[in-house]
Amino acid sequence: MDKPSIAVHKFSSCDGCQLAFLNAGEDLLKLAGLVDIRHFLEAGVADEYARVDIAFVEGSVSTTDELTRIQRVRGCSRYLVTLGACATAGGLQALRNLDGSNTAWKHAVYAQPGFIHTLDQAEPVSAHVKVDFELWGCPVNGRQVLAAVQQLLFGVAPLEQRDKVCMECKRQHATCVMVTEGRPCLGPVTRTGCGALCPRFGRDCYACFGPAENPNTAALSRRLEGLGLAPADVARRFLFINSHAPAFNEAGRQHYRQGFSDD
Amino acid sequence: MNHYLPREAQIVARTEESPNTFSLHLQLTDAAPYSFAPGQFNMLYLYGSGEVPISIVSGSAEDGVLVHTIRALGRITKGLSALRVGDRIGLRGPYGRGWPMRAAEEHDLIIVTGGLGCAPAVSIIHHVLMHRERYGHLSILQGVKHTDDLIWREQYDAWAGLPDVEVLLAADVAEPGWRGHVGLVTALFDQLSLRAGQTVAMLCGPELMMRAAAQDLHERGLAADAIHLSMERNMQCAVGHCGHCQFGGHFVCRDGPVFAWPQVRELLGVRGF
Amino acid sequence: MDDNGFLPRQALQTLLDVLRRQGYRTIGPVVQDSVVQYRDIDATDQLPSGWTDDQAPGRYRLTHVDSPRCFAWATGAQALKPHLFHAREVLWSARRDDTGRLAFSEQEPDVRRLAVIGARACDLAALNLQDRHFLHTINDPYYAAKRQGLFVVAVHCAYPADTCFCASTGDGPRAKQGFDLALSELDDGFIVEIGSERGRAIAAQLPLLATTGEQVREATDAITEAANRQFRQLPSTHLRDTLFSRLQHPRWDDVAARCLACGNCTSVCPTCFCHAEHDDVELGGTASRHLREWDSCFSEGHGHLHGFNVRPNTHHRYRQWMTHKLGSWHDQYGRSGCVGCGRCITWCPVGIDITEEANAICAGDLPQEGSP
Repeated sequence: MDKPSIAVHKFSSCDGCQLAFLNAGEDLLKLAGLVDIRHFLEAGVADEYARVDIAFVEGSVSTTDELTRIQRVRGCSRYLVTLGACATAGGLQALRNLDGSNTAWKHAVYAQPGFIHTLDQAEPVSAHVKVDFELWGCPVNGRQVLAAVQQLLFGVAPLEQRDKVCMECKRQHATCVMVTEGRPCLGPVTRTGCGALCPRFGRDCYACFGPAENPNTAALSRRLEGLGLAPADVARRFLFINSHAPAFNEAGRQHYRQGFSDD
Repeated sequence: MNHYLPREAQIVARTEESPNTFSLHLQLTDAAPYSFAPGQFNMLYLYGSGEVPISIVSGSAEDGVLVHTIRALGRITKGLSALRVGDRIGLRGPYGRGWPMRAAEEHDLIIVTGGLGCAPAVSIIHHVLMHRERYGHLSILQGVKHTDDLIWREQYDAWAGLPDVEVLLAADVAEPGWRGHVGLVTALFDQLSLRAGQTVAMLCGPELMMRAAAQDLHERGLAADAIHLSMERNMQCAVGHCGHCQFGGHFVCRDGPVFAWPQVRELLGVRGF
Repeated sequence: MDDNGFLPRQALQTLLDVLRRQGYRTIGPVVQDSVVQYRDIDATDQLPSGWTDDQAPGRYRLTHVDSPRCFAWATGAQALKPHLFHAREVLWSARRDDTGRLAFSEQEPDVRRLAVIGARACDLAALNLQDRHFLHTINDPYYAAKRQGLFVVAVHCAYPADTCFCASTGDGPRAKQGFDLALSELDDGFIVEIGSERGRAIAAQLPLLATTGEQVREATDAITEAANRQFRQLPSTHLRDTLFSRLQHPRWDDVAARCLACGNCTSVCPTCFCHAEHDDVELGGTASRHLREWDSCFSEGHGHLHGFNVRPNTHHRYRQWMTHKLGSWHDQYGRSGCVGCGRCITWCPVGIDITEEANAICAGDLPQEGSP
């Protein structure tokens, strides 16, 4: 039997999630033995529209060219897996969706805006084509990516981790930075997958893995305000990485408006 | 003894029951003894992916083949659906308390099933037919949402042809030419000639159906503790440790899945438990 | 020797040394990451001498005072539970060969002997409940192995936090059961009380002096005062029927609006036992480890069922947690599952107080037709 084939595509992104593969070290070599890597520019393999079993897509869909490309990628892939915050929820680029003035910005920033073919909104891949599995994170966690690959190689859907970061924090015996230091941690509304990386180093979670299931953003917002954050700061916490994810978008916008009406 | 450790089992046959329901006929590859009671379940392990609780539909383990009917809905059951004859999986069990087959001897039996919850009840039918002389009249009542959901049609027809067995079917939505009842399975109770003191009822299916059926049968004269039902909850350890299957104070995996109605009546059908 | 004796403060090291000579790994409280945590210790200068805690709903702070005392604090986030019921552990492994054959191998249970110094009455009451859960009906070999090797040096609690209510549950502040040795801390040393034959054998190797009536009185008074200082309490120790008769109470919606469903309360609860199982497979797929890890009734996966969720929202999840903790534990283990340690109050990021919620739900007559 032929080895399963994979492709890793880049859209609007910083390449950091692709590094989850490249930084896998020994596991990357092992992976190369298990699958046929047909397209992965960062690793020097180029055959963009080769037919593959699994396509990993990094980055949001932000330009007219990307809109065409994502349709073609979908068309030549059996499974499509998004890799990281940009591909899954629009990422940082989606911040420009918030004020709806893409054209004005384009003209303000670029000398020749005619060459810039951006879409009005930077959107997650799922806004345009069917996505089989989403890997969150800014960046994704390498272990989680490889675990997902292995399940797909077994022909089984990867295990989705939708619990809150707090659950993992406690399993790791990390001290709660909100309770002991009053830090504005977003762990209670953020999905796990990172291994509670920030709290384990005494930092508050900044929600890079996106909303967990059943996130009570309203209750957490009230708590953050109780810790002394101004509404605009609460908004920034929710809108930082995953501003286009509906739960965070709604919570952020609410405080964002409030923040400006206070001015 | 380590209750968590699976044994290896091999798929010796596979049958398709409906477009998304299939049966795996499994044989343990080691020589250690295995026996079970109708209504008990096994934990089946898909290599590298995880375990899932599946009730045993066979009547006994005498021929060494354990039949499990599975609906491909979740990640593990979909994974199991891709397996073929000769493939190997893990199996541990049997777990839980099964149907009160001994206490039901000398009695008439009413089996009421709903939706796709019929698998745990099929083992009762197999058991009764294997020991026909021990039981009285057997009524099999099966309700489905749509007639397309009815699996084992030929088997129902075969059972209906046996002496002292009646099969009554109901569907909420029926295809043209459907000869069964259109509506709820409980409406079929009117067609039964119940000998209240002589009858044991065994229910399996959606909780609201079981709640309505138990209440109705009780009003028709069946003692509350003559009504038994099989519960379904998330089971991961199967030995009452992991806590997911709790239903009030019961660990469904260990104290059930079969309960007498009074044991679970308080919370049956209450959302959130 | 009597069943108690006085251990001068400077001789506390001998207790550690004796335990270590007997082959015990010694675990005790240390201040780490701004909280009292139980970690490996081999010297008494690692103990949190002079540290005291200030706890409130959703708040924990340590302060240092001029005192020689090492146990002048209430509880950290965890005590015994993580040492017996690990947050994550491998149960067994599977291997698959080229022909598809599977082989299963059991994970060898951890049989190292462990001595924990500093456990409180609430921790011991919780230990007893975890024993019943993991050992009494069906034996859990992983818990059993660690439990068998456990030696407990308890400390009678004289410094309850504002979040503590062990007096109301009947579990503290005096440690009554489940210890090998129990200490009462005084400024110049410890009254050592013997709780088991193993404890007696260890105590025999300590340079114990006779206790004075004054010392015993001081220790007893401190415990009494610790009970009197607690102001939180549950409505009763038996709330099963009350709670299950109030499943429609509007307070469930009220608390659900505040609750983050983050699982912190269940993770720090010393009696919570829920855990999930999953596989961790090596890339390449020839070997897979089957693990269990702490789970929570506040997680989506807890109520997951073929095609639907038993507890889709926080209203259901909080109600499950409380009706189980204070209600159906009585059906399962003959008592409430709450030992009054107050951890769920302190470590709740939004400071939800189980005693306040229980009092609100159980108070007065049943409200008429609440929200669903």
